[in-house]
Amino acid sequence: MPVITYREAIRHALAEEIERDSNVVVMGEEVAQFNGAYKVTEGLLAKYGPQRIVDTPISEAGFIGMGIGASMLGVRPVMELMFWSFYSVAFDQILNNAANVRYMSGGLINCPIVIRGPANGGTNVGATHSHTPENVLANHPGVKVVVPATPYDAKGLLKAAIRDNDPVFFLENTILYGEKGEVPTEEYVIPLGKSDVKRVGTDLTIVTYGRCVLHSLAAAAILEKEHDISVEIIDLRSIRPLDIDPVLASVAKTHRVLIVEEQKPFCSVGTQLAYMIQREAFDELDGPIHRLATIDAPAIYSPPVETEQLPNPQRVLKAALAALA
Amino acid sequence: MSKKTSTLAESKEQPGAASAKSTDARLAPINARLTPEAKIELHRKMVRIRRFEERSLRAYQAKKIGGFLHLYIGQEAVAVGSCSLMGPNDHVITAYRDHGHAIAVGMELNPLMAELYGKATGCSKGKGGSMHYFDPSRNFWGGHGIVGGQIPLGVGLAYGVKYKGLKGAAMAFMGDGAVNQGAVHEAYNLASLWKLPVVFVIENNGYSMGTSQARSSAGELAKRAEGYDMPWGQCNGHDVYEVRACMDKHLTLAREKNQPSTVEIDTYRYRGHSVADPDNTYRTKAEIEEYRKTKDPIEVFQRQLLSEGVLTEALIEKIDAEARAEAENSAEFAEASPFPTPDDIQKDVYWESDNPAGRKSEGRLFFD
Ligand SMILES: Cc1ncc(C[n+]2csc(CCOP(=O)(O)OP(=O)(O)O)c2C)c(N)n1
Ligand SMILES: [Mg+2]
Repeated sequence: MPVITYREAIRHALAEEIERDSNVVVMGEEVAQFNGAYKVTEGLLAKYGPQRIVDTPISEAGFIGMGIGASMLGVRPVMELMFWSFYSVAFDQILNNAANVRYMSGGLINCPIVIRGPANGGTNVGATHSHTPENVLANHPGVKVVVPATPYDAKGLLKAAIRDNDPVFFLENTILYGEKGEVPTEEYVIPLGKSDVKRVGTDLTIVTYGRCVLHSLAAAAILEKEHDISVEIIDLRSIRPLDIDPVLASVAKTHRVLIVEEQKPFCSVGTQLAYMIQREAFDELDGPIHRLATIDAPAIYSPPVETEQLPNPQRVLKAALAALA
Repeated sequence: MSKKTSTLAESKEQPGAASAKSTDARLAPINARLTPEAKIELHRKMVRIRRFEERSLRAYQAKKIGGFLHLYIGQEAVAVGSCSLMGPNDHVITAYRDHGHAIAVGMELNPLMAELYGKATGCSKGKGGSMHYFDPSRNFWGGHGIVGGQIPLGVGLAYGVKYKGLKGAAMAFMGDGAVNQGAVHEAYNLASLWKLPVVFVIENNGYSMGTSQARSSAGELAKRAEGYDMPWGQCNGHDVYEVRACMDKHLTLAREKNQPSTVEIDTYRYRGHSVADPDNTYRTKAEIEEYRKTKDPIEVFQRQLLSEGVLTEALIEKIDAEARAEAENSAEFAEASPFPTPDDIQKDVYWESDNPAGRKSEGRLFFD
């Protein structure tokens, strides 16, 4: 199987969907001539031309709102946010218009838009550029939220997102763009709302998603080697819809849970998971649900300290040992 | 509005009786070719809007309607004149003062009144309310509660029309207060930059809630379009002929040349900002009376059609009686209709949950 980067996997998904459906348009700041701020869309303008690959001004409320309006008429815009952090200036469009228009019209209007871009810390760009808004977005019924961790997942999930008839917010990661993984040449689509067991184990369930899957895998290897602890890792992949049943099944096997997330802890995705696990698998738990999140402050700039603010393999290791104590 | 002439050579009519301007408008080809029946229909639409809203006001006072009720009374010629120009690929989007536009595009009164009553038979099944009317089958895309937030969507409708290679235009309506929202300016820039077929329509009724234009907005409203290299115009919104003549030019620019533009239409609302607005702090009763007496759009057009011999006093009475009866019936329909049930709360949230056979995603969409 070919090994490609996460960035290429996303690019391939875009290209395949552009070819499959003439309504698909890729839009955003610097996506066309500049080949993408993170080179995700590199080469697409040359291949598909300016009708399909469109550079926008720095005008997130304007162009995302425009995409929402166009999607109501059946265009399928895939809008790139250079950073998901900039969603705040388009908040009204994203959460009042995209999330609500179907409901407020009594189901008469659909909004098949995809908004994608990176949402992560860890690159020393400070608090304005390091937001992880998946919890904020997923709080709004009407939207779907996806956070892929691997090239394989990124490609299959983005194709599903583009074909979806509801608004889908797709959160990537600048640090993962260069990560490589096996991706088949034949076409495949991964349904939204389907989690994936990234590692099978018996002693502890780690529920996680996004780049924290990689941290958890690294920590699990050490736990196995140095502590003889067998960790099961469930990658949610989608936040909404949420595939909770495999999590509950895993808890029934390990009886111990650690949630790992690159989120500020208060009202995070993990908060919701912890509620659901205690509600639906209370009797299976041999101890309290543990969680490792980002240290609760705006993202610090200082490079070595930012690494410590975020989840990392060492922090996951410590948290796992605490969860098993 | 000031009396400066615009780049489209529209100029504002002086207050007072019929001017050379309104005669010009009557003779504009778009109006000259109207049949008597079509003229009567314009009149009838304005009367139906007025009677519908008056009836809704009574229902509100009787506590049949919740939330806000923003009445369009006094502004009817703007929506009726503009929407009467719609072709099959033309689209409309507006703010929360949307009853007039909904009726103008052809929506029936029953589902509109039922929506106000929060009933399952409402146009949005009781899920949108007064501010959120929609009818995509009539190219009417709402009904939006956030001031200015609908304008980027209007540009998106224009983008969709152009992308699909259709000849049409989007009309994106907003109030004079909305012009100060950033989203409107972003939308202006995109529309002009990409040559999208949209007409931005500012319904200038002089006030945003209790704040007069002079206290909210620097400079001429429509003229802001110049900064975005767009033509702009102004017109008298008390005369349906003038609205049609002016909007026709702007719509033609959009449809034929993908040239977006901005129109500022001078109008006035007689009622408070919403029905809850006591309406006694920011304008005088005399001002309202002055408009009612001299510029009421229904009266102005009625006089015009009487002088043309298109309407008779008897016909006016008949149309009015029919509109009152229709509005009354809509209230009865709404009253007799069922409310949605708690089971309906989670319907119409996702396409996928409403179309389980077509669902491709897995996992939970809703949470306890
Ligand atoms: C973003 C936002 N801010 C404030 C409000 C509250 N609000 C609703 S209507 C309105 C006045 C708007 O005036 P204008 O744009 O002139 O429209 P009009 O009501 O005159 O039709 C205000 C302040 C709102 N709905 N949305
Ligand atoms: Mg106003």
